[in-house]
Amino acid sequence: MLDITTLSKRFGNGTLALDSVSLSVAPGEIVAIVGGSGCGKSTLLRLIAGLENPSIGAVRLNGQVITAPRPEVGLVFQEPRLMPWLTIRDNVAFGLAHLPKAEQRRRADEALARVGLAQFAGGWPRELSGGMAQRAALARALVTRPEVLLLDEPFSALDAFTRNDLQEHLLDLWRWYQPTLILVTHDIEEALFLADRVVVMQPRPGRVRTEVRPGLSRPRDRTTLEFQRLKQHLLTELDRSFQTPGPGEETVPAAAI
Amino acid sequence: MTGTPSASAAAVVPAGSSVPAAAGAGEAAGGAGRSSSVAAALAGRGGRRLLGFVVPVTLALVLEGIIAAGLYNGRLLPPPSAVLATLWQLAASGELFEHIAITLWRVAVGFLFGTLAGTALGALTGSFGLARALLDPMLQALRAIPSIAWVPLFILWFGIFEASKVTLIAVGVFFPVYLTTAAAILDVDRKLVEVGRIYRLSPLQLIRRVLLPATLPSYVVALRAGLGLGWMFVVAAEFMGASKGLGYLLTDGQMTGNPTIILASIVTFAVLGKLTDGLLATVTRPFLRWQDSLGNSRR
Repeated sequence: MLDITTLSKRFGNGTLALDSVSLSVAPGEIVAIVGGSGCGKSTLLRLIAGLENPSIGAVRLNGQVITAPRPEVGLVFQEPRLMPWLTIRDNVAFGLAHLPKAEQRRRADEALARVGLAQFAGGWPRELSGGMAQRAALARALVTRPEVLLLDEPFSALDAFTRNDLQEHLLDLWRWYQPTLILVTHDIEEALFLADRVVVMQPRPGRVRTEVRPGLSRPRDRTTLEFQRLKQHLLTELDRSFQTPGPGEETVPAAAI
Repeated sequence: MTGTPSASAAAVVPAGSSVPAAAGAGEAAGGAGRSSSVAAALAGRGGRRLLGFVVPVTLALVLEGIIAAGLYNGRLLPPPSAVLATLWQLAASGELFEHIAITLWRVAVGFLFGTLAGTALGALTGSFGLARALLDPMLQALRAIPSIAWVPLFILWFGIFEASKVTLIAVGVFFPVYLTTAAAILDVDRKLVEVGRIYRLSPLQLIRRVLLPATLPSYVVALRAGLGLGWMFVVAAEFMGASKGLGYLLTDGQMTGNPTIILASIVTFAVLGKLTDGLLATVTRPFLRWQDSLGNSRR
């Protein structure tokens, strides 16, 4: 169980990046966080990862306050961030250094097989395409079996075909490893395709504007009327988040719109 | 070489069009075509590096020919055969190897100390802002001094024997190693360091698993630049009163008015410099296999 309570983050330059954000995420849930730039969604993810500490409030995982990166929480970045000097296998095993070599290799190979890169295990990162490199990054994050996997716009740098492919692939991995997924994205379709719950954030200061539960069964079809209707609804919310309340004003409850 | 081979284009670039297909057609055309096919064959077999010998060997042969024909007496610019003969004599008497040994020793020791100091200080100023603020301006100012200007001081401090020579070489090696090491550490991708943080690496683990491998390519460049300067400075060092060494051989040739000895010494320097640089490159290559450079990718 991940609990985020009244989380605020003010940076050294005075910017209030996050203002009193509260959110509870159930084990195995998929939550997508959408919002325009400057809404603090990446900051929120970095706080959950323990890469930064909040000014007010706390992130708790199973009751324990997160103050630094923890083995239970994995993070996949927008870029694959593979170490160019390690083979794909050694990159995937990067977080397994505490295990014996043979065990590292076994687990890394298993994770690579799961992301469909088994035949590239001995290759170098530069030999992979963008989508393959991001799958290797997913394998690296999942091989340590984190309870919570954070994804910071993981597919935004990929072309549309590869992106759809990887979204399906992420769901496969989710079924297998069963982590809680918290995904930051600016792609509404991606959020609707993947998430049990879509959290819409608004900028300056970063706040939660509203939540949407798509309530669609999986596998989801992007072409259905219901999907399109939800997409339209989220787009409207995002649009309004930019026009309405300025600093200090109250958030308009979603129900009132 | 794309485009349609029109008659006029073929006339303008007869030998330059060294594509294998064109070479086959060129052979029938005569001399120009044949030489282009030789070049293409060399390049095709990966023997492109052999092409590097064509110009210097041709120049040497031309000089040899001019002197043999009596067009020039060769007193100040002796023929290559004379230089080779001198080298052979020096080698046969064993004298050459004594000079090489002492010069190599000086370069090695100077390179070792210069590299150690450059690496340590470069790592320090590259890693810590305070160290950078304290030390870097001073070191940059010292770097602006032409290193030969230290010679009188080093002779006063360390005498005219080995210590002053090795110190001068070490100073020469120090600066490129220092600068490149510091810059390499500052250049390490912050995003990869963040991956290290996510996996909770200790500072030591971070150095071993991220910083060292990330800086290694630049560091190898630093070592090679340092070694190059080491060879430069050993000549200056051996000008300051040496009784052995290749630099001494240079001054000896000057004193006795014998350009053949000078050239023999220069050739030896060239060979040794190239050999040690190649050795360094070969030794470090296995660690840099992953690099995405033109040299080893693009299969």
